[in-house]
Amino acid sequence: MQIYLPIADLPVNVFLVLGMGLAVGYISGMFGIGGGFLMTPLLIFIGIAPAVAVATVSSHIAASSFTGALSYWRKQALDIALALMLLSSGIVGTAIGVWLFTELRALDQLDLMIGLSYVTLLTVVGATMIYESWRAIMRTRHGMPATLRRPGSHTWFHGLPFKLRFKRSKIYVSAIPVWAIGLVIGFLGAIMGIGGGFLLVPMLIYLLRVPTATVIGTSMVLTLVTMASATVMHAATNHLVDAVLALILMVGGVIGAQFGARTGQKMRGERLRLLLGLLVFAVGCRFAYELVVKPDDLYSLRYVMSG
Amino acid sequence: MRRFAQLFALALLVFGVESAAAERLVVSLSNHRVAVTSNFVGEELVLFGTIEPEPATSALRPPYDLVVTVTGPRQTIRTRRKQRILGIWVNADSREFVRVPAYLAVLSNRPVNDIANPDTLRRLQIGLDNFLLPQRIGSDFADTVRDDPFRRSFVRLQTQQGLYRESATAVTFLTPTVFRAAVPMPAAVPTGSYGVEVELFTRGTLVARTNSALDVIKTGFEQYVADAARDYGLLYGMATALMALLIGWFASLVFARD
Repeated sequence: MQIYLPIADLPVNVFLVLGMGLAVGYISGMFGIGGGFLMTPLLIFIGIAPAVAVATVSSHIAASSFTGALSYWRKQALDIALALMLLSSGIVGTAIGVWLFTELRALDQLDLMIGLSYVTLLTVVGATMIYESWRAIMRTRHGMPATLRRPGSHTWFHGLPFKLRFKRSKIYVSAIPVWAIGLVIGFLGAIMGIGGGFLLVPMLIYLLRVPTATVIGTSMVLTLVTMASATVMHAATNHLVDAVLALILMVGGVIGAQFGARTGQKMRGERLRLLLGLLVFAVGCRFAYELVVKPDDLYSLRYVMSG
Repeated sequence: MRRFAQLFALALLVFGVESAAAERLVVSLSNHRVAVTSNFVGEELVLFGTIEPEPATSALRPPYDLVVTVTGPRQTIRTRRKQRILGIWVNADSREFVRVPAYLAVLSNRPVNDIANPDTLRRLQIGLDNFLLPQRIGSDFADTVRDDPFRRSFVRLQTQQGLYRESATAVTFLTPTVFRAAVPMPAAVPTGSYGVEVELFTRGTLVARTNSALDVIKTGFEQYVADAARDYGLLYGMATALMALLIGWFASLVFARD
């Protein structure tokens, strides 16, 4: 069944888009990520203009992370205090990111910049996650606890001032690294057009030692707020949010996210991290492939303006 | 002498009009308004027409050739070329095509190159090769040679999307003076005002021309959404974000049962 999208200005198959929403929603619910780094390339692949894809995906991510966050909230697997701390600096990071985005766009090298940041971030983060979770899995095979929580494993920033206690996550850390992480995530999210969940989850786990149980729900709250505000900002400035496309994606996304969240909670933390690591790494390699291999068509069109 | 000049002028006038307007084109489009609705998957418009003698007593001069050029709303489109720099492929060079038609169809009863000589086609801008596609070159605007790689790639990419086309079979003569032309409107057809230029040739000379117009518009819900997005961006964004939250909340209600 074909339906015409009013902003993207082209017809799409409803079931195809619904299926994409389901699949990406499942993955996002399972890993607690927004899934933007998967959905945006998929939409561009079916012929939607990149700018419309990026703007519309933000509202889809907002919907699926809200339903995810609600289900984690019910299971008390969510640290509101930590999420609020991250948000306060995340907004500042987003503002800086939006400013740099405009500057780079003026230089006409935004595509390259986005491509390179995707490759670098995804492959490095993916590889690190694979390595770490593989070691954790090996440790459990040998009868040792999966995560080592040695008393002496504190890093340098545990000595920083302004210490805060996050009861639900059972951590006692300085506010400085929490703010810094929020800033980085907000900044990268604006530059790359992603929620940043796939970066936030490992950062919270490895840097702040947030337990896997609360990390996903917390990351979802942050994703929800940044993506909901991104939707409003994109709609107000560029008029590129396609509400019809967003609606189809959301319906698929929220259903997928429910099932994904269930699968995610049944799985062991290190297995989950290995899977996410593999996924992130694979997408990174895909972007690298695109940059390195000679494209089929050297030429491409970009609609500058109408009229 | 003066009388002779007057006669000569009169004769020139009579024969001049006679030869320039021996034919008249009467055309009609099947539809002047293409409505893009939620189930729009493309459409085919039909242009019907006849060749009438003008004045009515004069003789027709078949065989005729007919070219229909449909041009869509104007758009500025940048064509970029990738180049390998330090091992990666990046958009290195680009040309901007300024205010070129977003849709361009050249429909004829046989290949345009057989209808008239290259100079005539160039002058009348008939055929994708001859249509004026101005590029921004520095602060200047000019169309380059037809085999300029950027121009060729631009036309090729637009053709791949079904937005540019040249068809030598789209016009059929039902009788020597009655014709029909099929104008394809692909699903991704841009909305706006379209011009239809009809040109009649006989033995390589243009003998008559006429034009028509049509509009491609969004209607109903599509129009409403597009207008809202353009005119009330902030409200539209908030509504979309709210819709996201509602759907998210609703889904978690439905699934919280078990």
